[in-house]
Amino acid sequence: MEDLELLAQMLGGDEKAFTELVARYNSTLIRVARYYVGSDASAEDVAQETWIAVIRGVSSFEGRSTFKTWLFHILVNRARSVGSREHRMIAVDPNESSGLAPSRFDQGGMWREPPVPFTDVIENGMVNQRIVQLVREAISLLPEPQQAVVTLRDVEGLSTKEVADLLELSEANARVILHRGRTRVRADVESKMKERET
Amino acid sequence: MMLSSPDLMCREAVELMSDYLEGSLSRRDRRRLEKHLAGCPLCTSYLEQMRLTIAASGSVTPADLEPEVLDDLVELFHRYRESPDDT
Ligand SMILES: [Zn+2]
Repeated sequence: MEDLELLAQMLGGDEKAFTELVARYNSTLIRVARYYVGSDASAEDVAQETWIAVIRGVSSFEGRSTFKTWLFHILVNRARSVGSREHRMIAVDPNESSGLAPSRFDQGGMWREPPVPFTDVIENGMVNQRIVQLVREAISLLPEPQQAVVTLRDVEGLSTKEVADLLELSEANARVILHRGRTRVRADVESKMKERET
Repeated sequence: MMLSSPDLMCREAVELMSDYLEGSLSRRDRRRLEKHLAGCPLCTSYLEQMRLTIAASGSVTPADLEPEVLDDLVELFHRYRESPDDT
């Protein structure tokens, strides 16, 4: 069922519609909140406040965006005010490694340790549950900014511009963070492929 | 003799792949990357792995909620909900 149908049913008092929306989005809310606040417990509180705002219709959905973009905006507004109370610094470090060990390349910049093949990851033309599971674990291990950006862009399917607007990043910075996150996730999956090979 | 931009090395090529998939590379960088990919099976397979990783991310479903978290939220739902019929 579509998010908007669930929202309408929820506003009509349907508990099941509410729990379905919670099941769809609570984990993403917590991940994104974690970008702003200093602990998992604070992030869970912010997610809970977000749901309360939705239940009370504090800011009503006007159909200019998708339900999830609207929901994420409520979350970010709340997380930002809690986050600034917790004095959390958010910065893109240009010197941070992109997640691929420099030793993978020789002095001439060519592969010394080539990519380990991804085997048995496609079934009927689609990625199978095995790689989806590996990717899910890898995303949960990313540093917070990468986790928020990869979750919003690649898991929830927002555009890079929407992600940048939501997190108040420049699009260029959002792309750098996305690149680093994807690089790490791929490398993490690769290391699992390697374990299996040996 | 190199008159235009120098050829990419693999180390540089991998840094461009996420932006390449986003469609946000400059024309110049896109050409350099595609030229490199045409002659480099290893970077081509790296790019394919990036695509698989992104496709798999799009198939990640939310983790199951802990029952206590859900119970708390359901309680809040009933506490904060405005009755739709109280006009
Ligand atoms: Zn190469």
